[in-house]
Amino acid sequence: MSAIDAASVLPEGHGGTPRWLRSMAYWSYQYKRTWLGSVTTSFLYPVLYLAAMGIGLGSLINTHSHSVGGVPYLDFLAPGLLAATTMQVGSNESMYPVMGAIKWLRTYFAMLATPLTVLDVLLGHMAWIAVRLSTVSVIYLGIMAAFGTVHSGLALLAVPTAVVSGLAFATPIAAFAATQKNDTGFATLYRFGLIPLFLFSGTFFPISQLPGWLQALARATPLLPRGGALPGARARPRAGVARAQASLTERF
Amino acid sequence: MRPDAAVHASTVLKGSLVSARALTKRFGDSVAVDRVDFDIARGESYGFLGPNGAGKTSTMRMIVCMSPLSAGTLRVLGMDPEADGPLIRSRIGLVPQEDTLDLELTVLDNLMIYGRYFDLPRRVIRERAEKLLEFTQLTDRARDKVEPLSGGMKRRLTIARSLVSNPELLVLDEPTTGLDPQARHLVWDRLYRLKQQGVTLIVTTHYMDEAEQLCDRLAVMDRGRFAAEGSPRELIGRYSTREVLKLRFGTDEPADVARRLDGLVERTEALPDRLLLYTDDEDTTLDEVHRLGVAPNSVLVRRSTLEDVFLRLTGRSLID
Repeated sequence: MSAIDAASVLPEGHGGTPRWLRSMAYWSYQYKRTWLGSVTTSFLYPVLYLAAMGIGLGSLINTHSHSVGGVPYLDFLAPGLLAATTMQVGSNESMYPVMGAIKWLRTYFAMLATPLTVLDVLLGHMAWIAVRLSTVSVIYLGIMAAFGTVHSGLALLAVPTAVVSGLAFATPIAAFAATQKNDTGFATLYRFGLIPLFLFSGTFFPISQLPGWLQALARATPLLPRGGALPGARARPRAGVARAQASLTERF
Repeated sequence: MRPDAAVHASTVLKGSLVSARALTKRFGDSVAVDRVDFDIARGESYGFLGPNGAGKTSTMRMIVCMSPLSAGTLRVLGMDPEADGPLIRSRIGLVPQEDTLDLELTVLDNLMIYGRYFDLPRRVIRERAEKLLEFTQLTDRARDKVEPLSGGMKRRLTIARSLVSNPELLVLDEPTTGLDPQARHLVWDRLYRLKQQGVTLIVTTHYMDEAEQLCDRLAVMDRGRFAAEGSPRELIGRYSTREVLKLRFGTDEPADVARRLDGLVERTEALPDRLLLYTDDEDTTLDEVHRLGVAPNSVLVRRSTLEDVFLRLTGRSLID
């Protein structure tokens, strides 16, 4: 028997699939195993938060001060929670998966033995994270609508915004994960980075409530759900990809 | 000869499949590969033999365009690794030292996803996967997850995976390190078959038996340089005698005995636990040993191996 026989030799890239898309295919392939749990979480998380904070806490707030920034508390909270969720998804998807692809499963190295380059491997992974961010934010937006907090078609713009702001976390964190020897850095990142951002970036209360210097700090983060946050967020993914690529390339 | 080999031949420069001149790899101040020259012909199996740290893996990583050269020139399939990395890798199969299989996916899925990296149509991958699983004797495990497979099975799967793209050149980094003897022989058997089908093999190894089994020609590497190059038989002929007498002693120190036997044979090698006498005529030599009043506890006569070549070239044992 011949192991590799007459099946014709196909030139590299004959199928025309861009190389980054081929590395993205790996992540979608792998996602087939976990999609159910992941999608369930994507539904459950917003339902629980919007119910507990938006309706529970919100009714208390609405009774006392009638509105926050001129809108009912639920309307104030929901977009902020969407932004916080993209932060969470963007970060989680670029911590352990990136470290695992370098240290444990060594998936990146398997890819690099094929026509894929470091940049293809990285862009493919980030593209997959963008897909995840899109699905999560579409689901979130649907649930917001079900809670009656979507008042305009313009709310659809929240989806691309959420994807970009999620990538603003994913790319530098991927770079960080690629340089780590073990996962203890992730706990630190959570404690001193992500959790404070979650609490103090205007998700639960307007940042105008914060002292002046903290307000400036909050404005500088990519999480701030409204206004000036977007341009800053847009600039970050590109810098992050460059950094992640640099730190991966260094390993050879 | 594979039917498609003719197709390849027209797209590749005549002569060497891999050609290196003054190839060098540095990591900071240390030199891993130090100005080596070699040419590997189509259909040949070529080995890099040497202890850990000799520069074998670094050389291999440059050949598969995963690691940039520090100096020198390298041509792989007639192309420049610097400029044509993706194109070169699309025609090479790599079996890395450490498995990079996805343990949570099934055996078949590992092949499917790997084939996608080469942009092969699913149908083609599936057809090839079926044949390759049969070839590597993994057909029964096609739907099983990779995690619980034995080390030998994982290795065979890695080999199957590296063949999904129908490569002209298969590069194997320490293909049987960590496997038990039975599993090693099974891997060797499969690789030997590929060789018979005309696949060019490049193997790095620190096992002399592996090098002898698989390689038509090999480079003995030591500290980043080639200590010698040739076929296993040539190397043994050039650097060793036909036979080796291995003497073990009770209380006598091999080094002391070696002094008493000085001049008896072309070369003696006193190791901590044994004395090696290199000879072309073991009967005469053994008679002489007895005549000189040396009484070893045990005597073993064996043919010279690459281990002896390595010992001669470097003064060190290949595996300590």
